[in-house]
Amino acid sequence: MSLLSIQRLTKNFGGLTAVNNVSFDVEQGSVVGLIGPNGAGKTTVFNLITGIYQPDQGAISFEQASLLRLPTHRIVSLGIARTFQTIRLFQNMSVLENVLAGCHCRMKSGILSSMFHFPRQQREERAAIDRALKALDFVGLRDQAENLSKNLSYGNQRLLEIARALGTEPRLLVLDEPAGGMNENETAQLVSLIERIRGMGITVLLIEHDMSLVMRVCEQIVVLEYGSKIAEGSPEEIQRNERVIAAYLGTEDG
Amino acid sequence: MEQFFQQLTNGLAVGSIYALIALGYTMVYGVLKLINFAHSDLFTLGAYLGLTLLTSMSLTDRLGPVWGVLILAVMVMGFVALAGALLDRVAYRPLRESPRLSAVVSALGASIFLQNTVMLIYGARLLVYPSNILPKTVLHLFGLDIPLVRILVLCVSLIMMTGLYLFIQKTRIGTAIRAAAIDQGAARLMGIDVNRVILLVFMLGPSLGGAAGLMVGLYYGQVNFTMGWGYGLKAFTAAILGGIGNIPGAMVGGILLGVIEAMGAAYLSFAWKDAIAFLVLILILIVRPTGLLGERVAEKV
Repeated sequence: MSLLSIQRLTKNFGGLTAVNNVSFDVEQGSVVGLIGPNGAGKTTVFNLITGIYQPDQGAISFEQASLLRLPTHRIVSLGIARTFQTIRLFQNMSVLENVLAGCHCRMKSGILSSMFHFPRQQREERAAIDRALKALDFVGLRDQAENLSKNLSYGNQRLLEIARALGTEPRLLVLDEPAGGMNENETAQLVSLIERIRGMGITVLLIEHDMSLVMRVCEQIVVLEYGSKIAEGSPEEIQRNERVIAAYLGTEDG
Repeated sequence: MEQFFQQLTNGLAVGSIYALIALGYTMVYGVLKLINFAHSDLFTLGAYLGLTLLTSMSLTDRLGPVWGVLILAVMVMGFVALAGALLDRVAYRPLRESPRLSAVVSALGASIFLQNTVMLIYGARLLVYPSNILPKTVLHLFGLDIPLVRILVLCVSLIMMTGLYLFIQKTRIGTAIRAAAIDQGAARLMGIDVNRVILLVFMLGPSLGGAAGLMVGLYYGQVNFTMGWGYGLKAFTAAILGGIGNIPGAMVGGILLGVIEAMGAAYLSFAWKDAIAFLVLILILIVRPTGLLGERVAEKV
């Protein structure tokens, strides 16, 4: 059964059709790659999934429930978390606090109990800190917990974005170019991290330009060009697909 | 020397009131990048509500001065917080997606509306707080004569400011407020309900402003419907002095401004005390355009 189902999704910006009649499913427990040339509409699809944009047509459902017209923070609390193409950490907060901000939606205490520091609220805060430290451990940033996030190296900032997203306890993790700007060594670590995330039972949907990474970690790949889906299949199928090759390399007359 | 320390305690007390009001400006600015001009009128509302509740319920007669004033403060803060929430709902939330200038105009309109509402209800003449609420005790400390009320104002303000600081720094809701102040979009994607954060900010800030209004009423003994203008301007100045958007900055800025003003009034000229305060603001902004604790905000590309 598919965890996320996208059907006939269309989004126009003025005269430009950024996403045109795109359908695909993400199976529970899989790693799915969304690829395509620049401007193909990949990030727009992510923004539609996370409720930043509303589609003009089509449907998005997560665990059989429609996500349309839900505010972003509700979608996150249903179990979809994401990272950004350009890093958007809370720069002046510590590494740990960034992850704690991600834990926010799984915590219950209200404003009054927070103000008066009731025991139940204190327990919850401590549990959240434990959870955040575990997420940092998981991506290998535990020893940086007290540093300001803006002082991390670029690769580590990317890892922190993933840890922060994991703090929301997602069932589906949506990664927008996670390897962007990483060196080979860091990319190799990222591959093993994505495999470990999948090992936790979290489904992963990712946009990536690094084809070696996509071919290594994804079992299913969806290819977009000019907003339309041109191919879908296993890495081997995609590598052989002529339309995909043409889209990436260009054709004689194109 | 004695005069110096007298003025110092006076400046600290007045400055802590400025700081409490400044927190309301700076918190709203931090999250919405909007100057809530109506904040000063919520401060006035706090002062008047305090007077009404004090005289109509005679809390201090029934509960004694300590509990009476405490309950009174809680009630005033609660009512002003509700007024703040209502203000956000009516004047700002409908304009969330509009250009920022529209919200600024709405803020000015809300300020005029609130000020005139207070005038219509209570009249335009100044009203006097009952003078028998707090003891007139004068303490002799280190060779100085300091009224007890002055020390109370300073202590209560410091307690509230510390409480707010810990709330913002240590709790999950505080973390959510800080996250929303840095990047609303990213905060939403971390599951934070930004509209609720904004509502909360519009309750926390005004509740502190309302408490400040009540303290001014109790400390100086009189209120009038334009009192928010002067205090609001000073508190706004204090917020900029400390670096607007920065919570510790508002506290430092408020207290510093109060002390500078008191010293200026004592040693230079009482009539020029406002001019001195603003001169200091200008000098500090020339050296540090972002305020004392403010950070340089990079323009987003």
